[in-house]
Amino acid sequence: MRMTFTERFVDLAVSGFLWGFRILMVLVIVLGTFFTVRAGKYTGEQWIDFVVFGISQGAIYAMIALGYTMVYGILRMINFAHGDIFMTGAFAGYFTAVWLNSIGFVNANPVLGLIIPIVAAMIFSASIAMLVEKIAYRPLRNAPRLVPLIAAIGASFFIEYAFRGFFGPGKYAYPPIKVLEGDWVIFGINILKVQVVVAVAAFIMMGILYSIVKYTKVGKAMRAVSENKDTAALMGIDVNRIIVSTFAIGAAMAGAAGVLYALVYRQIDFFMGFTPGVKAFTAAVLGGIGNIPGAMVGGMVLGIFESVGPSLFLEGLGITRAYQLKDVIAYTMLVMILLFRPQGILGERLSKQKA
Amino acid sequence: MKKENFLWNATKTGLLGGAIGIFLCLVGMVEIFNKRDVVEGVITLGQFVLLATFLSVGLAASRRTSNLLGQNQSRLSLISGLIAGLISGLLVILLVVIGNQVNLRAVFLNASPALYDLLTFKRSLSGIWILPVTGVITGLAGAAFLLLPEAVRRPVSRGVLFLIFMALFSGLFRVVLINQGTLWGVIAKGLFGQTGVTLIGAIFFFIVVVGLNVFWSSKGSNIQTTLNQLPQKRRAGLRIGLFVLIAIIALGLPQVSGPFIAQVIVIISLYILMGLGLNITLGFAGLLDLGFVAFYAVGAYTVGLLTSYGPFGLQHIPFWVAVPIAVLVAMAFGAFLGLPVLGVRGDYLAIATLGFGEIVRLLAGSDFLAPFFGGPQGVIGIQKPCLGILGTFLSVDTPRICNGIELGKPQDIYYVAVVAALLIAFVAWRLRESRLGRAWMAIREDEDVAEALGVNLVQTKLLAYILGAAFAGLGGAIFTVLIGSIFASSMQLLVSINVVALIIVGGMGSIPGVVVGAIALIGLPELLREVSEFRYLIYGLILIVMMQAKPEGLWPSQSTRRELHHADADNLTAETLV
Repeated sequence: MRMTFTERFVDLAVSGFLWGFRILMVLVIVLGTFFTVRAGKYTGEQWIDFVVFGISQGAIYAMIALGYTMVYGILRMINFAHGDIFMTGAFAGYFTAVWLNSIGFVNANPVLGLIIPIVAAMIFSASIAMLVEKIAYRPLRNAPRLVPLIAAIGASFFIEYAFRGFFGPGKYAYPPIKVLEGDWVIFGINILKVQVVVAVAAFIMMGILYSIVKYTKVGKAMRAVSENKDTAALMGIDVNRIIVSTFAIGAAMAGAAGVLYALVYRQIDFFMGFTPGVKAFTAAVLGGIGNIPGAMVGGMVLGIFESVGPSLFLEGLGITRAYQLKDVIAYTMLVMILLFRPQGILGERLSKQKA
Repeated sequence: MKKENFLWNATKTGLLGGAIGIFLCLVGMVEIFNKRDVVEGVITLGQFVLLATFLSVGLAASRRTSNLLGQNQSRLSLISGLIAGLISGLLVILLVVIGNQVNLRAVFLNASPALYDLLTFKRSLSGIWILPVTGVITGLAGAAFLLLPEAVRRPVSRGVLFLIFMALFSGLFRVVLINQGTLWGVIAKGLFGQTGVTLIGAIFFFIVVVGLNVFWSSKGSNIQTTLNQLPQKRRAGLRIGLFVLIAIIALGLPQVSGPFIAQVIVIISLYILMGLGLNITLGFAGLLDLGFVAFYAVGAYTVGLLTSYGPFGLQHIPFWVAVPIAVLVAMAFGAFLGLPVLGVRGDYLAIATLGFGEIVRLLAGSDFLAPFFGGPQGVIGIQKPCLGILGTFLSVDTPRICNGIELGKPQDIYYVAVVAALLIAFVAWRLRESRLGRAWMAIREDEDVAEALGVNLVQTKLLAYILGAAFAGLGGAIFTVLIGSIFASSMQLLVSINVVALIIVGGMGSIPGVVVGAIALIGLPELLREVSEFRYLIYGLILIVMMQAKPEGLWPSQSTRRELHHADADNLTAETLV
């Protein structure tokens, strides 16, 4: 078929534009790094601080990303409300921690004082997610794809503003935990205790989740359902039950992540779920959506990029107060991945129907 | 067996209703709504919300029972309504009992003594029997309502709905009427109080609506046939007359209602502009753009920077010259953002555009670009539009003098917005029926099939982005002169969500739907301060409910309607959405 001149022009413009975009990004990264390193503003220790912060941040993103990835793997749906499930976990953990603190339990048993809020958050978040699934998503199981996404946006707003009504628009300060204050010296580097604990806790929980999916019967059923719902149903798997447990497990991870996030940032509010939610989705896509190890890798990559990026890429280009643009880096990564490699780092190429 | 079932059903409904009641209390709705009256001195809005919950619980329980046991079991239906109402009432009052023992306020801000007073009718613990009894009565009433014949049910329910509507807007009607002169003022004060309708007003409105309903059901079909039998010319004349009447009301309303309501109407018309824009990308072409606010921001900043007499003003040109430039810049931006995401589909597209929108907001508000866009301080001192010749620019922070009529007040900007909205509605309407519009809809239904049929995906999609962006840019431009300043913090994702929600509520792809959606979702919360507290809570609920119950919207486009008349409704409504 012969193309008209305008068609050829538009095609050329599109591909030229996309290539220009790629080249620009590479230039920003390379030149920025070059100038930053040459300027030598930061010491090696500071860079390590950035990376460590990135790892603990990334571990939290990874935990949230797991929920996105698991739900997407099974339902091919973006659970837009997942970030808010994370927020509900933070609130549940907060109120548990405040209560434990007021009866002096935290100081007596610091380890349990850390674990109990996390468990409470996991249970609470999982129940909210199961409710949302039942009320908002289940009736739309066979609807076209934009329909559940819009319902999920609705659910997200409903949860956010219900919590705003319950607890008010203000910020709550997470109670301080004495044992987590201060630094540890590891290999001669001072590292904040909170960050180590958060990262370790996140890795343990992700390990548990991975073994659930890999080795238990429920996990096997989940993988079967995400492979093919109808066939799984024919094999005697209760698909609805598996979908609910997927939501619950993903939400439990997000709830625990909420408490860990609160430990790092020390304050929570009703809107705190939005940005980490979008970033965790970025992490999930980055690692290849539907792929559980991918979500973990994606989370770490995103966390480190976001923490190192402003200083490494942007400050070298003469941008002042580059830390304000931390979120811009994350969102730019999101857009770039969706444009250029929607299958992610570890994902196989998704067919058009999946992507 | 069946009887047990019916008891269990009623209990379940009651528990659900109780949970909803407790939710309404704890989220603060009951308490805040309590400041408003439905009927002054008789019932407050807060009480009404609780009563409505009990009433619907009774209705639902009795409907379930009659579905289970058959229509003739009216006694059992009543009993199930009663049980459900009782259980709901007990659950809600349990909140008070618990609240008296434990300090719930440590967790829930709204579990306050004021709420308990309200629930026990200010009698503290000795009043806890009142609410369950109310629950029983209203539950029973709900169940009994279902047993009434249709001819009674419809007028009564419409009368109540109309009464609530009048009560919600009583302040507005009161002000408008009082402004009309003493006679109207006396009537207004008789019917409307400060916070709701008066008792006399309530009875009046109820009787009027019931009377009209009864009249219509007996004579309505006659009138309809007479109307239909009128000659073609007369009917067209009637229609034009109706249209002129609406136009006069729409144009005159800001003049009689004062600046506050004028401002609300401007905001509604701005959202109509943006809604019409997103209606092209989402409604016609089926591309869900969650970063729509970016184009709005581009339009706003362009006009701001081109016309501002503040420190960031680049040029000091008149508004009328800046607007076309803003629209062009927004279009260029639409192409710029549309080009990369051409190959991205469905929900990935939604997230990618969301990312774009956030990037634009963050960049505009950052210190890095502050020398150009003012950063968090924003761009201020935006020149008002002037019908006439502008004086020369003297110095920073002094507005140029307008030799002519300055359109400074919200009422004036309203007319600018209305003209723009009409223009754009016309463009959207013509586009819809054009070759391009049909290509968009083909893409919406199935991209692959559309491409196979010879639709050029790249061009068609790009045009959808560009035109959508143009409309949003125009909306942003007008918004800027209305407010007189721009702040990056007002370019939130919430603006995009508002626009998406109003399109979905109105009906995707439907032009009158956009107007209906904007009035319902933007206008009502702006007018009702009590409701605006819970605006996004209600939006969220609406989005969830609409997706399940009425995915085609309140005012679906004609093609959607046509499809619905032909075949299996469920399948088709769903299909039209993607």
